[in-house]
This record gives sequence, structure tokens and C-alpha cells, in this order.
Amino acid sequence: MDVLRAIWRRSGTWVVVGPFAIVLAFPFYWALTTMFKRDLDLYNAKNVPYAYNDAQGHAHWDFWNYMTFHHVSFLFKHTQYPTWLENTVLVGVAVVAITLVLSLPAGYALARLSGGWGQSAGVGIFLVYLVPPTLLFLPLSRLVAELGLRDTLWAMILVYPSFTVPFATWLLMGFFKTIPQELEDAALVDGCSRLRALRRIVFPVSLPGILTVVIFAFSLCVNEFIYAFTFTQSTSERTISAGVPNELIRGDVFFWQSLMAAVLIPSIPLALLYNSFLDRFIKGFTGGAFR
Amino acid sequence: MAVVAGGVAPTRKRWRYLLEDRRVLGPVLIAPAVLFVVVVVGVPLGWAVYLSLTNAIGGSLSGKFVGFHNFKAAWHDHNFRNALENTLIITFAAQAIVIVGASILSHALVRDFRGKWFVRLLVMLPWAAPVSLVTIGWLWIFDSLFSIVNWTLKQMHLLGVVCGAFGIDGCGPSNPPQWLGNDKLAMFAIIVVQAWRILPFAVVIFIAGLASIPTEVDDAAKIDGASGLRKLFYVTLPLQLPIALVAVLFGIVFTAADFAVVFVLTHGGPFNSTQVLTTWAYQIGIESGSLGEGAAISLFLFPLLAAVTVLMLFFAKRAQVS
Repeated sequence: MDVLRAIWRRSGTWVVVGPFAIVLAFPFYWALTTMFKRDLDLYNAKNVPYAYNDAQGHAHWDFWNYMTFHHVSFLFKHTQYPTWLENTVLVGVAVVAITLVLSLPAGYALARLSGGWGQSAGVGIFLVYLVPPTLLFLPLSRLVAELGLRDTLWAMILVYPSFTVPFATWLLMGFFKTIPQELEDAALVDGCSRLRALRRIVFPVSLPGILTVVIFAFSLCVNEFIYAFTFTQSTSERTISAGVPNELIRGDVFFWQSLMAAVLIPSIPLALLYNSFLDRFIKGFTGGAFR
Repeated sequence: MAVVAGGVAPTRKRWRYLLEDRRVLGPVLIAPAVLFVVVVVGVPLGWAVYLSLTNAIGGSLSGKFVGFHNFKAAWHDHNFRNALENTLIITFAAQAIVIVGASILSHALVRDFRGKWFVRLLVMLPWAAPVSLVTIGWLWIFDSLFSIVNWTLKQMHLLGVVCGAFGIDGCGPSNPPQWLGNDKLAMFAIIVVQAWRILPFAVVIFIAGLASIPTEVDDAAKIDGASGLRKLFYVTLPLQLPIALVAVLFGIVFTAADFAVVFVLTHGGPFNSTQVLTTWAYQIGIESGSLGEGAAISLFLFPLLAAVTVLMLFFAKRAQVS
């Protein structure tokens, strides 16, 4: 019985986790396989889609002999994809900077300086995160046009903090709560002012938390679709999230290999970052109120 | 010279002194964030409400006041009814799948095992990747000619079974299901994609809930002789419940308010059969240019969001107490 239990402990987890991992990662596996396929391989319904096939329709598993980089290089040489990547990074960096300037002090104040109403204000800020862009995009797209920001990256840089600030403030509040108060008190006793203690002690100690906020706020910007889609129209001002679905798909003509490359290239680094910072994210997310 | 120095120093000191007071410093630090959010969220929200009461058309920011005409017009439109119904069906069906999946997966992932890092990477992929992009991945999976789902089902001789389950006429191995070309199948496809992309987030929050259960509770349960399923039902689940509900409420908002999945996958088609509130608001407000009516349609999301918010506050408080 104990032996059985030990075996279950070892393999049982895999029996549960395996199928989930396969289903959740499947679209990415299929994208990875697709992006290196040749046209004669991909567009033949008789071919085995999981393998690489030759012109005669024979499946091969030594894929390196039957793959091509043609469609990936097409994406970078003959589409605006590199521009969109650049725009995405520009918008992301600018938004993260604005977000930190606004939410670092707010997160700290909500964690430490405010009394009973601090908790309510924290929850209040967080609830703003629940007001979805889909409720605001109609007036905002008009307001952006009135301000002359239509078709510029500034439109996104100005509007994106509306969801990153509440999100970041909440996470930072959680992180700051986990830092022992004694650390600051010691600095205050030594004659440090509160603001100086904040700059010199609190922020350096919470650097991992701040980095987590940077990563998740950045990814929220990469993810955003409806603002990016309604604020911009010219191909050169798109970000990847609006550019790929609207510019690379034209009518009924699909370049599936290039499209799949366009999907995978931003997804893999983001997933690696998420996975590395996941434990910290959980700490900050639940540290705010649910403790 | 001396006068200037004497004049500046005390004011500075007074400022310093004021900033040391937590009753002053607190609001000073919070104010910029609150002001920004009020301007960038509050103003457009108010404007959306205003627009919904006018006959504003595309290209303008105002219109003639028409009362609740837009809401009434939307309510009596069968396309709107359909969009509202679809929003509710997709949201709740996807959440049902997410709850079941996340409860199972979080219990397995909370343990340590070899290869956990890699498995977690695979599980996180749908959440980390940009929504509008991964939906293109699904567009390719459900392709009308080269669908890998249909190819796999055909090899497993399951195409007939699937066609039968959805009750589609003339569908079979020679005429495989058009996942995005049939209204029932397209709804199913949207639900699958929504559940798939929300699941990792729910798993993460569920894991946080499991991790927040103090080890003393575990020990106490052990001493009292509770183990296995009994511990799961009487100790773990009740303690995990509040935070799990928070994850579900988030999932509801993320799904109901989503635009990208339906827009990229079906564009509301075939024949508007898979429109949801958000895509219908876009269709009316921007494509047809009836800004006022579009705003009214998107505001129909508000009661749902308000209910979720109230529940969220309630459960957050519960979680705090326990």
C-alpha cells in the first residue's frame, strides 16, 4: 500500500498535470511547427500536420531537412513587423515609467501612512482596474482625436496608465506591506526624513517587487487590443497587438507561417518572464488585502 | 542676503515638518495617482454615460439629448438581444470550465516535483501571450481547410461523433465541421478560447489561496485525524473558497469585457450570430457611426460589472477575516 502511494505521489502529479500542459501549450506547439513549414507541405490536407512532409506527401520527423526560414525572414524584411515591435517597446517603456512615478508613492502611502481609510482607498483604486477598456473606448477614441493624438503613440502612452496604475499600486501596496516596519523606524531614529528613508531604504529593499510590477505592467501594455486598434490607423503607428491581426491578415489571404512567427516571437519571452516572477506576483497580489 | 536666507529657511523647514506628518504625507503621495485615474477613467466614463443619452454620431463629441431612447432602441433590436445572451453564455460557460480545471491543476502544481519549472512555463503560456495574437493561433487551429483539430479527429475516427454531438446536417468525414462557419460551433470555439486563456490566471490565484493556508491548520487537521478527501472538503476547500471566488470574479470581468477574442476569431459572424456586447458596441458605435447608441450598448455591461464588484468586496473582506 505504501509502495502504491509512493508511486502515485511520483507519477500521479504528472497524470494530472500532463494533459493540462499539453492542451494549454498546444496552440504554441502548432504555431512553432507551422512557422517553419514550406507551402507545399502546409497547404496539402493529406499531409501529416504534426510532421514535416516532402513534395510527395511522405511524412518525416528529421524536420531540419524539410524546414525553411523563408517565412520568418519575410516577416522581418517585407512587413512592418519590426516597426510594430519597436512601437510596442516604446509605448511599454514610457507607460511603465509613468506608472512607477504615480504608483510607487501611492502604493507606499496606502501600505504605511494611511489609517482605516487607506484600506478602502486601496480597494477603491483596485476596483478601477475592473472598469474595462471596452466601456471607455468609444468616448476615449473621440477625445484622443479631439486632442490631435489620433494615430500617434502618445495616445496609447497617455491612456494605458489608466489600467496599469491601479494594477501596479495594488501590487506595490502588497509588497510594501511585507517589508518590516522596523527597518524604516531605525532610519527615522537615525535622523532620516521619511522621504529619504523611502528613497534610501524602502525602494532598494523592495526592488524585486518593483521589478515584478515593471514586468507585469509592461505585459499589460503589450496585451492591450481595443485602444491600440481604435486609436491608430496608419500601419507605421501600430503596435504588435493591433498590427498583426489587422495588417498581416488582409481579406482571405493568410500567410500562416509568417503569422505564427509573429505570434510566437513576443509570447515566448513574456512567458519566460512570467514564470520567473510568478511567485513574487502571487505574493504582491494577495499581500494587498487577502491575508 | 541675510533677509533672503532667513525668509527661505523657515518655510522650507515648515514644509519638511509638514511632510513628516503622516496625515499630510499620505494624501500627498496618493493624490497624483488618484487624480490621474479620475481624469483618465472617470471623465471618459462620465462621457460614455452622457453620449448614451444623446444622438451623437461618429466624428463628434456631443449630440442632442434623447433621454433613454438609445437604450430602448438597443433593447428592442434582436441583434442586441443575441449579443447580450452570447456574452452571458460565453462568460459563464468559460468560467465553469475554468473553475473545474483550476481546482484540479492548482492542487497538482502546488506540490514540488521534477520538471515543475518547465510544466509551469507551458501552463503560463496562454496568460502571458498577447490575447489578440494567440487568438490568431486559434484561427489557424480552426481553419476551414487545414484545421489540425479536424485532421486529428479524422485519424481517430471521431469526426462523426463530433458532428453528431453538435447535430449538424451533412457533416462527416467528407465534409468536416466548419468550426468558425457554423453558429453553434463558433460559440463553442469562443468558449474554448476564453476558458483556455483565463485558466492559467485562475490557477495562479488558486495556488496563492492554497499557499495562504497556514501550516498550523494543516497540522491541526492531521492531529484531528482528517486526511485525504475529508481534509480537502472540510479544511482546504472552505479556506480556499474566498480567494478562489475572487479569481472567478476576475475571470467574469475579463471574459465579459473582452473584445479581442470574438473580434479576431469570428468578427461576430457568421451573420452576427456570435456578436457579444463589446463587438456589437464597436459595430454600432464606430463602424456604423452611431456613437450614442454604441455607448448605450457598452453600458449594458455595467450592471454585471457592478454586481461582480460588490461580490468581490464582500469576499475580499471574508478572506481578510479568516
